[in-house]
Amino acid sequence: MSKKTVSVWTSIPFWRRSAGWVTGFAAMLLIWLTFDTMGQIAMGTDADLKNGITKRVPGPTVINYKITYEMSDKRGHEVPVIGEKEKFFGRDDWSEEEARELLHLGKLGSQAKNCMNCHTLLGNGAYYAPDLTKAWLDPAWGPNGPYLGMTNSKTKEEAMSKFLQFPSQYPTHERMMPNLGITEKEAMGLVAFLKHMSSIDTNGFPRNFGRMSTDGVTGAIHGK
Amino acid sequence: MANNLKFESQKLAINYFFVAAVLFGAQLLMGLIAATQFLYPSFLFEIFDFSVARMVHINALVVWMLYAMIGSVYYLLPEETGIETVGIKLGKLAFYILTAAVTVVVLVYILVQVGPASESTIWLINEGREYIEAPRWADIGIVVVVLVFVFNLFATALKGEQTGIVTVLMADVLALAGLYLAGMFFTDNISMDQYWWWWVIHLWVEATWEVFVGCLLSYGLIKIIGARREVVEMWLWIEVSMLFGSGILGLGHHYFWIGTPEYWWEIGALFSALEPVPLVAMFVHVVYDWGKETGLKEGQNEEKMMTNSPAFAWFVTNAFGNFLGAGVWGFFHTLPQVNIYTHGTQFTSAHGHLAFFGAYATILIGMFYMGLQGKNGITKLRATFDSKMAISLITIGVLGMTVSLTIAGYGQVLVERAQMGATWEAYFVSQDFVWFVQGMGWRLATGVLTFIGFIFLIKDLLTTSKNPIHER
Repeated sequence: MSKKTVSVWTSIPFWRRSAGWVTGFAAMLLIWLTFDTMGQIAMGTDADLKNGITKRVPGPTVINYKITYEMSDKRGHEVPVIGEKEKFFGRDDWSEEEARELLHLGKLGSQAKNCMNCHTLLGNGAYYAPDLTKAWLDPAWGPNGPYLGMTNSKTKEEAMSKFLQFPSQYPTHERMMPNLGITEKEAMGLVAFLKHMSSIDTNGFPRNFGRMSTDGVTGAIHGK
Repeated sequence: MANNLKFESQKLAINYFFVAAVLFGAQLLMGLIAATQFLYPSFLFEIFDFSVARMVHINALVVWMLYAMIGSVYYLLPEETGIETVGIKLGKLAFYILTAAVTVVVLVYILVQVGPASESTIWLINEGREYIEAPRWADIGIVVVVLVFVFNLFATALKGEQTGIVTVLMADVLALAGLYLAGMFFTDNISMDQYWWWWVIHLWVEATWEVFVGCLLSYGLIKIIGARREVVEMWLWIEVSMLFGSGILGLGHHYFWIGTPEYWWEIGALFSALEPVPLVAMFVHVVYDWGKETGLKEGQNEEKMMTNSPAFAWFVTNAFGNFLGAGVWGFFHTLPQVNIYTHGTQFTSAHGHLAFFGAYATILIGMFYMGLQGKNGITKLRATFDSKMAISLITIGVLGMTVSLTIAGYGQVLVERAQMGATWEAYFVSQDFVWFVQGMGWRLATGVLTFIGFIFLIKDLLTTSKNPIHER
């Protein structure tokens, strides 16, 4: 029997093998990168924070410290900077276990109250309400923002906690947050979750955060 | 109503299509509520909040698509393998369990809405994780039901004839089912949470679902215009390599800003820029095959074959819609240099609407028509006034929503991101920006248009059995 010449470009087995190899290669590369990323985004510890070791996702005790968001000349975008001690609900000595518990409550709360279906977190979610990625650092909650006075609070965490418990009492825009039955304890957890999230290194997202803000200071959250 | 289907598997498919159509309607209604709330925030405030409407909107979307996909496989399986689906009794049982579970979950979403910050909420009410909010009990149930489906597919394919389409489906469905497991755990680390969440969402939508669509398109072309199987299956394999080759690592474009390392910038940019390539191929492939087959038939003085005009119209809309929605609208904000400004704005929403519609809704509605044709024993299903109104209004409506959201997103990016720097104040200033508000107004108006198109669609599907226009 004479051999029939068939072009490889119309050969089904050739394309089937190609599909197998390409898919396999992409999948293996993804798995390999995933192992590396897992190591880099694993949560840090209290010891890391005490020794000034920077982690992409710091440990829960980051709530004991002041967090700012500053331009890094080396990386060419803003990065979270963990500064000196700062009181959080009156304490700056939250133990690793206490802080972890608080963060756990807050993360659970963020899911149980369905935050992501109005807000975005790390830019993901719905677009009906502001992004919460750096909410802790938002000038609206700062000394010149409207919330301290409106909630009759002395600290940012107190203002946030009150707002979360009775959101529709403190409207700043026609589009209000509904009352989700958040308890005082849950609110505390949520605030800890927000503070922790603001310390995550998001490669400069959101860009130029707070460039124009209520108090008229350029880059309101920059500086100690 | 008459049922001309011989295979139990195809009868089950019709049940799946029926529930899918109902959920599609629910999705549109919830979308209308959410769109109204953007313009009138006090609408149903603290009764049926945006978060609830939006959750049901996107969950109904995912679930109706999964229903229609499972239905499509049950429909084409006996025709491809030549035998009745193995384990069809189990398949039927799984259908009723899944439908009961979906009903309970939706009722809980609507009536209970949120729970206390405890594990019990995650288990019983909702997981609060966009798109995969299903409480954990339902997660486990879904896995069991999907395993039954996967078993049926594999057992049937191994016993009957194995075509290229079935082979691709087997690999694809296994991956699709496996990926769901990546979204079934709780962690306090939100970066970790989002990392694995995207394994479910991205690897479904931009990899396994796309390949699935390739299978349906292949099946449809063979059935509707009599395209040659060898040509279609060769293209299917080419598409599998292109879709998986770009889509798997295209995952990187979601890893720019969630705490993951910078190397994802390059990987995400490169591979997601390649993602539109197979979509162009798919588009060319449909139109080219159609032209070629028609030309060949005409050349041989044969009547050209077109057994199902509405289905084919939806399949062609799929090719266009997939390229525009997933390809063009996806590409223009996929590079990190752009994405840092557009991420999480109405741009994302515009892309999401056109991509889900173009890539998936269109082809699955086409499959509804395939099922309808089989069920009523029609040899030539023709386009009716209703079917033309349905496809025109739905397509114009979704395109209108997409353009409106793009304009709103453009205004939002300029004011909130580029000018003011993404604070809460910046957010609300942009939400009151006139371009934004007008965009939202047009979105609602074109959303209503889409819903009217949906009513025509349902009317067409329900009246086909008695319509004398079709050849039997």
